[in-house]
Amino acid sequence: MNKSKLKKITSARLFLPIVCLIAVLLLNVIKTPDFFNVSIRNGVLYGYIIDVINRASELVILAIGMTLVTAASGGQDISVGAIMAVAAAVCCQILSGGQVSVNEYQNSIIIAVIAALLASALCGAFNGFLVAKLNIQPMVATLILYTAGRGIAQLVTNGQITYIRVDSFKMAGGYIGKCPIPTPIFFAIITVLIVYLILKKTALGLYIESVGINGKAARLVGLNSTMIKFLTYVICGVLAGIAGIVASSRIYSADANNIGLNLEMDAILAVALGGNFLGGGKFSLIGSVIGAYTIQALTTTLYAMNVKADQLPVYKAIVVVIIVTLQSDVFKKYIAGLKAKKSVAVEGGQK
Amino acid sequence: MKKKIVSALLTATMVCGMCVVPTVGVAAADDTITVGFSQVGAESDWRTANTESMKSTFSEENGYNLIFDDAQQKQENQLTAIRNFIQQEVDYIVLAPVTETGWDTVLQEAKDAGIPVIIVDRMVDVSDDSLYTAWVGSNFKLEGQKAMAWLDAYLEAKGRGDEEINLVDIQGTIGASAQIGRTEGFDEAVEAHDNWNTIAQQSGEFTQAKGQEVMESILKQSGDDIDVVYCENDNEAFGAIDAIEAAGYEVGGEEGQILVMSFDTTNAGLTDTLSGKITLDTECNPLHGPRVEEIIKKLEAGEDVDKQAYVEEEMFAADDTVTSIKVEDADYEVTTITQDIIDGRAY
Repeated sequence: MNKSKLKKITSARLFLPIVCLIAVLLLNVIKTPDFFNVSIRNGVLYGYIIDVINRASELVILAIGMTLVTAASGGQDISVGAIMAVAAAVCCQILSGGQVSVNEYQNSIIIAVIAALLASALCGAFNGFLVAKLNIQPMVATLILYTAGRGIAQLVTNGQITYIRVDSFKMAGGYIGKCPIPTPIFFAIITVLIVYLILKKTALGLYIESVGINGKAARLVGLNSTMIKFLTYVICGVLAGIAGIVASSRIYSADANNIGLNLEMDAILAVALGGNFLGGGKFSLIGSVIGAYTIQALTTTLYAMNVKADQLPVYKAIVVVIIVTLQSDVFKKYIAGLKAKKSVAVEGGQK
Repeated sequence: MKKKIVSALLTATMVCGMCVVPTVGVAAADDTITVGFSQVGAESDWRTANTESMKSTFSEENGYNLIFDDAQQKQENQLTAIRNFIQQEVDYIVLAPVTETGWDTVLQEAKDAGIPVIIVDRMVDVSDDSLYTAWVGSNFKLEGQKAMAWLDAYLEAKGRGDEEINLVDIQGTIGASAQIGRTEGFDEAVEAHDNWNTIAQQSGEFTQAKGQEVMESILKQSGDDIDVVYCENDNEAFGAIDAIEAAGYEVGGEEGQILVMSFDTTNAGLTDTLSGKITLDTECNPLHGPRVEEIIKKLEAGEDVDKQAYVEEEMFAADDTVTSIKVEDADYEVTTITQDIIDGRAY
């Protein structure tokens, strides 16, 4: 009875991603015991754990979009980091009215945010068109914006870093009024909730999985697979736009060269760490979210351990390799094989 | 059908790609000197000021014909640009390399064509030094040494010369020449002082976002003990200051506050120096034009030139506690920042 329960838990889809996250966090118990301390300082929550949750917000938002794209098209959108830069550039440029640094809005924030989201949706639609309509490999199709996106963002900002030194603009990346919880956390939670509800309350989630598993078959039963693939790219683009606005609010500027730099790779990694198959099909949104928090937990952990900056990527790579190996099918089979042998041996011994 | 569309699209991309290749005017004859300048891009205020300095120095009024090429951060664009310069038989090539490596072949081509190459800003890593004529840029290590010498004098003046001082170094992108030089300057000074300790050394990758993230983490380890934060560029300093203030600490030069030092002296950086948030900002001078012209004039006259030429760089402090410092027997002036200085600067 107990054993079967244990087996049920260990074979659950989210079991390994959660274990990996906990393992990364537990590393800290030995090295930095105060990692889990959370206090109120200067009126806001203060602690490493808060940093992890706060800093992972953009990655969580990106990872959701990446999961949908991966599930529907069996490929990844590597342009999300560049789309973030485009959204940030559009948003800040409208707010600044073309100046390099402003202390008050030149245009309405609502217009700026809508324009930024429209721009990112357009980028997503472009990717979607190439992948869904023209059947170009996702990696190749999104490579176009991956390289051109930052150029577009530079063009929008005239190659300068545009600063918006307005307190209300800093809210999205900072704190709202006296609320002690960093705002990006709300952004992450709300986007996850909305996407989750849309997938659960409508049949979209199911459609995406069926298109990802077998596009032709899905079309034969009456699903417009082209449309669904296209949609996932648009959603991914918009989510990247939201992440871009949060990231630019953090630094109250549009830094076209650096916003979201290399974040697309982290987003893909988050999807993989979440136990999702990168070839498309069935997916777990929550898995990717956990994956995203795992990546940030690892980064913050390494900072807390004061690992030298030039060695940081090495440690990160080692941990990632271990986690990915743990979750690979070959490794699971190997473990299962070992267990079977052991039980055979035990049974043999009893006889 | 679909394949046709795809191939049509690819061809279109290729054609577009060809159009991007810079179309430049034919080099003028007579006695004007033609200079081909391959610039990295326009990624920062610093870079824009650098480009402006070149353009204003090598203007037609001054007797030059400048062919300017913006490489948009791509080395392959720079290689193409240099080959174009060679074909157009320019008199001099000025190169602001995007990376240090991979220049041997194209510089050899320029040498074979008999065109002198002057490198600006970043260095090139080539097997044969004779592939370029001269290099003009910043002495990053000296920048670091100057900043640390100022810190020493400043703490002395504040009566904290014998106190235990805990320093944090937020490094630039690991491997960048600015990071290497500035970190060296920092490390050497800390080693030379028994009462100075480096309590954290992390990379902020020259960006505000990373600078903030790293500083947040360092504050949690040892926020109460930090005396000095040494940021290797202004953007990191902005992020670090935000993190320090968000955690309820104060930035500034007095005891009990966290002293922030920075480099680059961008407009925004100096504005923060004026308000006292950054106590010392050491310049990284982008105005390379005049130095390059000096070298070209010497070459025209048939004189020898130094292989390395440094641009002069100033230091700007929030107050006048320290007005001059000494590094390796040379005196350097420290300017107290004012609004007029900020307004009068080109970048």
